[in-house]
Amino acid sequence: MEKFTRLTATACPLDFTNLNTDQLLPARYLKWPRSAGLGKVLLQDLRFDSEGHEQADFPLNRPGWRDPKIIVGGRNFACGSSREAAVYALYDFGIRCVIAPSFGDIFSGNAVQNGLLTAVVDDNAVAEIIATLQATPDLPVTVDLEQQTILCGNRNYHFAIDASCRMRLLNGWDDIALTESFRDKIAAFKKEDASRRAWAKPVLMR
Amino acid sequence: MAQEQTLFDKLWDAHEIVRRQDGESLLWVDRHYVHEGSFHAFGRLVERRAAVAEPDLTFAVADHYVPTRGPRNNIGNPEIARMVRQLEDNVATHRIKLFGLDDPRQGIVHVVGPEQGLTLPGLLIVCGDSHTSTHGALGAYAFGIGASEVAHVLMTQTIWQRKPKRMRVTVDGQVTPGVAAKDIVLAIIAKIGADGATGHAIEFAGSTIRALSIEGRLTVCNMSIEGGARCGMIAPDSKTFDYVKGRPAAPTGAAFEQAVDAWSKLVSDDGADFDREVQLDGAAIVPIVTWGTSPEHASPVAASVPDPMAEPDPARASALRDALGYMGLRPGTKLTDIAIDRVFIGSCTNARIEDLRAAAAVLAGRVSKVPGLVSAGSSVVKRQAEQEGLDRIFRDAGLEWGESGCSMCVGINGDIVAPGERCASTTNRNFRGRQGPGARTHLMSPAMVAAAAVTGHLADVRPLLVSRKV
Repeated sequence: MEKFTRLTATACPLDFTNLNTDQLLPARYLKWPRSAGLGKVLLQDLRFDSEGHEQADFPLNRPGWRDPKIIVGGRNFACGSSREAAVYALYDFGIRCVIAPSFGDIFSGNAVQNGLLTAVVDDNAVAEIIATLQATPDLPVTVDLEQQTILCGNRNYHFAIDASCRMRLLNGWDDIALTESFRDKIAAFKKEDASRRAWAKPVLMR
Repeated sequence: MAQEQTLFDKLWDAHEIVRRQDGESLLWVDRHYVHEGSFHAFGRLVERRAAVAEPDLTFAVADHYVPTRGPRNNIGNPEIARMVRQLEDNVATHRIKLFGLDDPRQGIVHVVGPEQGLTLPGLLIVCGDSHTSTHGALGAYAFGIGASEVAHVLMTQTIWQRKPKRMRVTVDGQVTPGVAAKDIVLAIIAKIGADGATGHAIEFAGSTIRALSIEGRLTVCNMSIEGGARCGMIAPDSKTFDYVKGRPAAPTGAAFEQAVDAWSKLVSDDGADFDREVQLDGAAIVPIVTWGTSPEHASPVAASVPDPMAEPDPARASALRDALGYMGLRPGTKLTDIAIDRVFIGSCTNARIEDLRAAAAVLAGRVSKVPGLVSAGSSVVKRQAEQEGLDRIFRDAGLEWGESGCSMCVGINGDIVAPGERCASTTNRNFRGRQGPGARTHLMSPAMVAAAAVTGHLADVRPLLVSRKV
């Protein structure tokens, strides 16, 4: 996994409440392997009409916001379905950070596993950042994970992120390797638990 | 003296292997359910040349892509056939039990788990599907995870989690006739909002919840995620134990008695602390329908489409305008004046036998004014419904009686609602395009979908139940 420390890039506002993962990646693309290019169908049904023409007023289709690395979203960003491919679509489109007042819990978990930063700021800060970007669409925004700050125009905002998610992103850590280091503890738990909760083992099914 | 604990605290403690200094814990996973969509995770195993740590605790079900119509042993669409075959290949490689297309126990994973006795009180259950919260209805700690976590669980049978906050939603009072579990959970979501429980584990409690059957409880916990919750659960009781007893994978004999002893302790202690408490009056809940593009857009069926102009918060007003624009609805329209094009009865939310009975009770002797599909939650439910003659009632009403799968809830097996069409649906998400690009979804209980079918518009089911045995 790629590390995330500091990023300066253009940011596109997607000021929609409850922008769910069904929007980020419509279900009909879920059977695609990642190598098929999920980035190109990110937000397909909002970016394009049914004939595949761009929706001119959709933010990602406007000059200045066509190639962002940062998205500034609304409340409950990426709620809904657990599809991790929604994260792949964002990442493969080029997005490395989403700033929003809140995120769907499953999405936040998926994002950190793939090097995508979810930065939580309050509603007022999001509204200010979006207003700044609307005035100057191609304004570079700097997201600093070590400092937990977002620099947008002449304002600096603090963002919140779970401490262990922060460490994972900063170091590009891999959970499997970490878990392997607890192999003995897992084995001991399993043994002890098998007698403590014998009933938890499923009856063998054919 | 031991500190008073919530049900969730007890489940958490029973599964905690180790806690890191930064507060994350490694938890033991008792059951891991996988489906066709889990292919990304199996791909990771191949990349790492890793094995499945506990194949005997892993169960696979073909549900997301399976056809509900036409031959199931010879799927016409090659892409869909590939998805099902891919799962079959992966489980064969890793020696995982599969409830595949030819298995009489096949169905939607969240219906099959409880039905087969794989889901038990006190277990920690994960699955790469957000509606895994369903299994909490039996007193399990069950939550949806993404592909990376699925791969982690396959390789280690454990998962890293930070302990969620604890929220209790208490619903007290006797519900009136015609009000279903779906109405209760839609009322809860309308009250707390689609992100009202983000970061929380919900315990549903109170006399209204206790009075629900296990099937009703499964419906309530299923939709916890639509309120943003990490999971939802209900303390197991004698109804739960009776439900579990005798199911194929459930413990038997002395082991069952031991289990009941352990399960009986899975209640929140008096005085246990919750981070948040929400109360609802069960007696005041009426049949509910959704009118927008989020499950929080839910109102009593006698209400009207809300007016964005009346919404003081500009962000909310704008979201409302977007939702009504997509749904093709004008502010002030009575919900019962909204004509529908189609109905769907199915999904992990509302396709168990009681759901089908409730819909059939309304449809019996009546004809649906619109086309529709009924897809039982599992093949077991399907056969039981046929034994009870429910399939005849649906067919006589003009609805299709399909095979079991996720079907028109997620619309990836080819069962979709046409662009611009309006569907009264027993499912869980009225998101834009959820049932197909341009599809408009109204969520409601199975009986309410039946009422919409026979009237051709959103309708209060209660007058249609007069002098009927339900």
